[in-house]
Amino acid sequence: MTASDPTTATTRGTTVSVTDTSETDTSETVEPIAVDSSAAPNQAEAGHTTEGAGLRRLTQLQALESEAIHIIREVVGEFERPVLLFSGGKDSMVMLHLAVKAFWPAPVPFPVLHVDTGHNFPEVIDFRDRTVERLGLRLVVASVQDYIDDGRLQDRADGTRNVLQTIPLLDAITGGRFDAVFGGGRRDEEKARAKERVYSLRDEFGQWDPRNQRPELWNLYNGRHRPGEHVRVFPLSNWTELDVWQYIQSEGIELPTLYYAHERQVFHRDGMWVAVGPVSQPREGEEVLTRTVRYRTVGDMSCTGAVESDATGVEHIVAEVAATRLTERGATRADDRASEAAMEDRKKEGYF
Amino acid sequence: MSTLLRLATAGSVDDGKSTLVGRLLYDSKSVLTDQLAAVERVSRDRGLEQADLALLTDGLRAEREQGITIDVAYRYFATTRRSFILADCPGHVQYTRNTVTGASTADVVVLLVDARKGVLEQTRRHLAVASLLRVPHVIVAINKIDLVGFDAQVHADVTAQIEGLAGGLGLADVRTVPVSALEGDNVVDRSDRTPWYDGPSLLELLEEIPAASLPEEHGFRLPVQLTIRPQAAAREEQHRDYRGYAGQIASGVVRVGDPVVVLPSGRRTTVAGIDTADGELTEAFAPRSVTLRLADDLDVARGDVIAAADDAPVPTQDVNATVCWLSDKTLRPGSRVLLKHTTRTVQAVVRDVTGCLDLDTARSVPAETLGLNDIGQVQLRLAAPVAAEEYVDNPRTGAFLLIDAQDGGTLAAGMVGEPLEEARFPGRRPSQYSI
Repeated sequence: MTASDPTTATTRGTTVSVTDTSETDTSETVEPIAVDSSAAPNQAEAGHTTEGAGLRRLTQLQALESEAIHIIREVVGEFERPVLLFSGGKDSMVMLHLAVKAFWPAPVPFPVLHVDTGHNFPEVIDFRDRTVERLGLRLVVASVQDYIDDGRLQDRADGTRNVLQTIPLLDAITGGRFDAVFGGGRRDEEKARAKERVYSLRDEFGQWDPRNQRPELWNLYNGRHRPGEHVRVFPLSNWTELDVWQYIQSEGIELPTLYYAHERQVFHRDGMWVAVGPVSQPREGEEVLTRTVRYRTVGDMSCTGAVESDATGVEHIVAEVAATRLTERGATRADDRASEAAMEDRKKEGYF
Repeated sequence: MSTLLRLATAGSVDDGKSTLVGRLLYDSKSVLTDQLAAVERVSRDRGLEQADLALLTDGLRAEREQGITIDVAYRYFATTRRSFILADCPGHVQYTRNTVTGASTADVVVLLVDARKGVLEQTRRHLAVASLLRVPHVIVAINKIDLVGFDAQVHADVTAQIEGLAGGLGLADVRTVPVSALEGDNVVDRSDRTPWYDGPSLLELLEEIPAASLPEEHGFRLPVQLTIRPQAAAREEQHRDYRGYAGQIASGVVRVGDPVVVLPSGRRTTVAGIDTADGELTEAFAPRSVTLRLADDLDVARGDVIAAADDAPVPTQDVNATVCWLSDKTLRPGSRVLLKHTTRTVQAVVRDVTGCLDLDTARSVPAETLGLNDIGQVQLRLAAPVAAEEYVDNPRTGAFLLIDAQDGGTLAAGMVGEPLEEARFPGRRPSQYSI
């Protein structure tokens, strides 16, 4: 397929099939992928209707799953070169799981993209690589470290690299000529996200214009865009953190081990427990302690905090999230707390 | 098992909608401590005694600075009985665009009325939009009841006005609740300051109201999104020859063995299998995403609709419709646009603009063009047939978008037929709209 002409994508999309996409795009976007069908777990109770109750109603998780699968399939039907943002974190694992289910028994027809801060938890990178290998996906890595090494980016005084991800991300989107970028963002995460569409149009600089968004009606998504523009797509828009965890539990989705309670050397900074690691050393007066903790998000190790927890299994986490009184970002992302409009500003600049 | 209810809020300027939504989130314990701490801090900085709950929902900087809500925002809260997706639609800027957007997916519209002001022009318009979009339930929250001294007569008067309007608009289920969003009366818990009201609180109503129509009320329709054909990419030998049609069931129920017709070609076959990654199903219903296998090897592609054979729509290239115009550009006869219906996008030309809806009277007046926030009737000619149905008969296959072919913008939300007329005068379909 030649350089995509996105303005014609929607009308041309009427004849696209999964097979067509992989046949024509194999060399560049889609490696011949084989999905281990065991990766699509056979969840008997999730698969059954509620006939027994006499009412034909989907459960909440079934409804959310069907909505997300519909969105993922729409994107593959109408865009030339989708890509899935994939960090190995729980939201991207749920996204990948839904993609596997959406195209079963065919393989996932798009590659995955990781924006690597270089400040990683080693177990998350291991997990990312094993998952990509198991599903036969093509992994594209945009490395913040490369940008710092050659001077295109500079480390900040506070050490966090989450905000440095934007430029490598945009370059990877441009370089891969990706026209649709799946993200695991949810509207319940943060106030600025609450206003984002499922299909979020970005200009050639990746910018989000919150005051000029397309209205989104029924389940009819308008993905048309001009050359150079792309669309961020958020199939989990309507999920809450609790929905994500209940889905992980009901589907048996494997996650990096740091989501579950474990002992770790930590120190207290900015009201959070920060792990001792190569990029996060205690300063003077910060005492290193051993605590039983878990992480609610995975990100830049230097600024992602752990919470004290005894939740060793997914069922404990579901109970903990159901009872918790702190949003996941508020608890554990130092950079989001900096200003009331922190996320809005980053999104406008092209952040996830 | 927990189910989802989708609701949209609407109201006029300063009727306390953000406060009501903040109150629902706060009293249902859906506000987390860090969010509340931030709101309390900002409220203190502004010299307020109480936390301003409206700050919970105003997400963008300009909104907080100007104290207004700019765009539809989505909120999530849950009780032990139900989870709610709330589309919070601002009242003043582009109210039609926002309300139509929120109402398009809503099972319930919650409409705010200021008890001191009663029914306003805006209230009438919101009720008309709810009727036009065929939202199954409307709850009118008569807010600021504390500011009229919890006066039973005020509530009775507004309720009578609302009931009169609802009858004229063909709204089947409209209820009123007296509330004080600021003080919390009848929002989550029943208030002892309104002894003359013995009905449920707003949240109780939301927990009890039946969700959208049952799948079996409409015929089976599945717009095809993709053909799933793994061929050599299938890891398992048994799937090399697999061919299935993936889509989300738009309406109805399908069982293995059911006779179906593929539209617009009109070819008939039967359902050989209903697949999901979790295994085969014997039946599936809306809004489930599935993959269908068909008994015969037909040419089926994205944009086709698989429908129950004995109850299928007739594909057409001529569509008479009501459109909510969402763009600054003017719609004129002769305008060329794209029409997106289910999974099919076709070119369309506007043959004629036949009227514009006066939302104040809910009547159509003559018009030659449509502008931003107008709701009007148009005749469209399509480059290829679509399996469109009257919106009142089947909203999922009666809805469409009009899209600007040049810049890709969404121009209009469209509904086949004249849904408001048909709601007001059931069974009397205007002859001009028979195709």
